[in-house]
Amino acid sequence: MQAFNLDLCELPPSAAALREEVRAFLGETLAEFAVAGRARSWVGFDGDFSAKLGARGWLGMTWPEPYGRERSALERYVVIEELLAAGAPVAAHWIGERQSGPLILRFGTDDQQKRLLPGIVAGKSFFCIGMSEPNSGSDLASIRTRGVRADGGWVINGQKVWTTYAHKSHYMIALVRTGEAGDNRHAGLSQFIVDLSTTGVTVRPIRNMIGDEEFNEVIFEDVFIPDDMLVGEEGNGWQQVIAELAFERSGPDRFLSSFGLIVEMVRRAGEMPREKQSDRTDIAIGRLVAHLITLRQMSLAVAAQLDAGVQPVVEATVVKDLGVAFEQSIPEIAHELFGVSPRLDGGDDFEKALAYVQQANVSFSLRGGTTEILRGVIARGLGLR
Amino acid sequence: MSDISTLLAETCTRLFTDLVTADSLRAAEAGEWPGDLWPALEENGLTRPLVPEAQGGVGLTWQDTFPILFAAGYHAAPVPLAETIVAGWQLAEAGMAVPDGAITLADDQTSLDLAGSDSAWHVSGRLEQVPWAGSADHILAIAKNDDQRKLVLLERDRISVESDTNIGRDPRGAISVSDASPAAVADLPNGFMPAPMLLFAALARSAQMAGAIAGVLDLCVEYAGDREQFGRPLAKFQAIQHQLAILATEAAAAQTAAQYACRAVDVTPRASLAIQEIATAKIRTGEAAGKAAAIGHQVHGAIGFTEEYRLHYLTRRLWSWRSEFGAELLWAAHLGAVITAGGADELWPHITSLPKE
Ligand SMILES: Cc1cc2nc3c(=O)[nH]c(=O)nc-3n(C[C@H](O)[C@H](O)[C@H](O)COP(=O)(O)OP(=O)(O)OC[C@H]3O[C@@H](n4cnc5c(N)ncnc54)[C@H](O)[C@@H]3O)c2cc1C
Repeated sequence: MQAFNLDLCELPPSAAALREEVRAFLGETLAEFAVAGRARSWVGFDGDFSAKLGARGWLGMTWPEPYGRERSALERYVVIEELLAAGAPVAAHWIGERQSGPLILRFGTDDQQKRLLPGIVAGKSFFCIGMSEPNSGSDLASIRTRGVRADGGWVINGQKVWTTYAHKSHYMIALVRTGEAGDNRHAGLSQFIVDLSTTGVTVRPIRNMIGDEEFNEVIFEDVFIPDDMLVGEEGNGWQQVIAELAFERSGPDRFLSSFGLIVEMVRRAGEMPREKQSDRTDIAIGRLVAHLITLRQMSLAVAAQLDAGVQPVVEATVVKDLGVAFEQSIPEIAHELFGVSPRLDGGDDFEKALAYVQQANVSFSLRGGTTEILRGVIARGLGLR
Repeated sequence: MSDISTLLAETCTRLFTDLVTADSLRAAEAGEWPGDLWPALEENGLTRPLVPEAQGGVGLTWQDTFPILFAAGYHAAPVPLAETIVAGWQLAEAGMAVPDGAITLADDQTSLDLAGSDSAWHVSGRLEQVPWAGSADHILAIAKNDDQRKLVLLERDRISVESDTNIGRDPRGAISVSDASPAAVADLPNGFMPAPMLLFAALARSAQMAGAIAGVLDLCVEYAGDREQFGRPLAKFQAIQHQLAILATEAAAAQTAAQYACRAVDVTPRASLAIQEIATAKIRTGEAAGKAAAIGHQVHGAIGFTEEYRLHYLTRRLWSWRSEFGAELLWAAHLGAVITAGGADELWPHITSLPKE
């Protein structure tokens, strides 16, 4: 009768004080940070800001000693939702903290942990995700980048693409074919930690349609990877990637990336002369907020399960799918309410936020797995396939 | 969930599974009172879970009552269970005795007049669209007495009913009273701007809708697995899988929204403070109801459009419940006005401070 486990969760008593602390920090640190920057949400890159968060102990909070602080996943949730709500520029550390670090904690060796985790926790060492390739997007198992055994390690050849912030990262976690695919195509894949300064690695930014350089193509030409940079077991890459995607898909980043635009919509509605205000604006904003409140509770429920050691793969996918649909609805609603054609320079904060989100929006249902792929995961959870 | 709540939820599911059948639904929709279901619910305490034990109830929280309302929705139970649960709770909260039998409620705050004094009260007026009017033994309503509003409990045999039904084909008629003496009168608890009946019946409807949406989902999954076209089950077609995935996400959102509002009522010092959470629940479950009904019918094809197949018992109720006790429009206007008045910079602090403890 109940397809998914999304039991409500309550934040721990420590959450309130922590939230105030984060808000005070953000109020101070981001006092001069403009709305146009905030609208970029977790795509905004600022290494100094990440280092400041590291110094406050807000990165890798849930990780065990000696790397992290063994705080609960719900406390971490409070920190990241505050960062997202403020539109803080978190991209530099985001991927390492969200998924590469947890992956290394779960599958990595002691030595890898010792070498790599302190940099992530300090907000100084940045990671990127090397999954997609020119001929392998949704069909990830079809990747062709190959690793071949060599003396003391592996030699890798091939190409990754759409790698977000590879040009500003220190490491990539790359999914590589190291053996035969087997019947189910999922065998023979392995994950490597690639130091992006290694000889033979070429990183080239690909300008996106907004005009920004965020994603890249990354070419491997006879890149030597020492044995101790294999993550987990050789051939276990597919299982590890699935675990990694659960971290990637579960967070509030999947419904808060346009939050800044909602804030500016509320501001604009409030500033309209009273006689021009109508029920229409209230109703639209009321609906948006009802969605937001519900998504937040669903996302918290997923966080609580992660905290309890469960892997809520399908539940996380449900939240991402709904969250993305919600985010993508926002510019449309803004358009219906205010009918403003945003300009690239000039215009008020609302226009600036809308200008960015209207364009970036289309990528939300692609990154982290497309809507169609997510719905396939949910359908499998329902027992349909 | 507490043990007692788990037990009640199981009892509820068993009773509904046994007693709410295609035949009993058809009979109920033709106007027959489900004479075996209702007494069974009463005997098991399912009609007054929120009434304190001292007043003859079970004394559960709203969170623990949620599974009962959810199950009633899931099975499209053709009885005023949600109404009786909410009305009984309102009576107990107002310090009034909770009568036996089914109780319904009306959220209209302006159409009844109360005259007289504690020695003898008289109620007159007309209420439209009262759920289960004519079937319930009592009606809890609001009447104006000078510039005050009071709760009045009316007995069925003191009122005249013009029967009608909603498209769920549950009774929903107009009632008239003329100088009738109410069974009981009490002050309306303070601080309610919308009528308490509107607020809490909206919450109950949200929980019922979450249940009915889950019911639609289960019917669809079962049907898509059984029905074959082009040599394979419908469930194997990606277009169908994606529609059902959307339905499942809507079901999950509806359930979360309704449960969250139930918890808010439990933890706020005054239940009426949970108004924004209840608004959220009614908006979100209402939207989900519309999508779920549409997908449910599309996936079923023509069989779902027949009288014989069960789907419509759920979808017709979803369409009715969605607009009863405030459609999304009403609650979204309220919530949006609160948010806009609070100001843009307060939006996030506001959301994270709910529920107000
Ligand atoms: C902004 C952005 C950042 C990204 N960052 C990274 C990153 O850091 N690292 C990384 O590895 N990747 C990254 N990606 C890539 C992303 O994961 C892929 O875009 C995504 O997996 C889809 O692959 P594709 O673009 O090749 O589209 P395709 O797989 O070619 O899909 C095109 C369309 O066909 C649909 N489709 C494909 N297969 C099916 C099917 N079986 N059934 C139904 N429909 C189907 C898709 O849903 C989509 O609508 C990023 C993408 C974007 C847009």
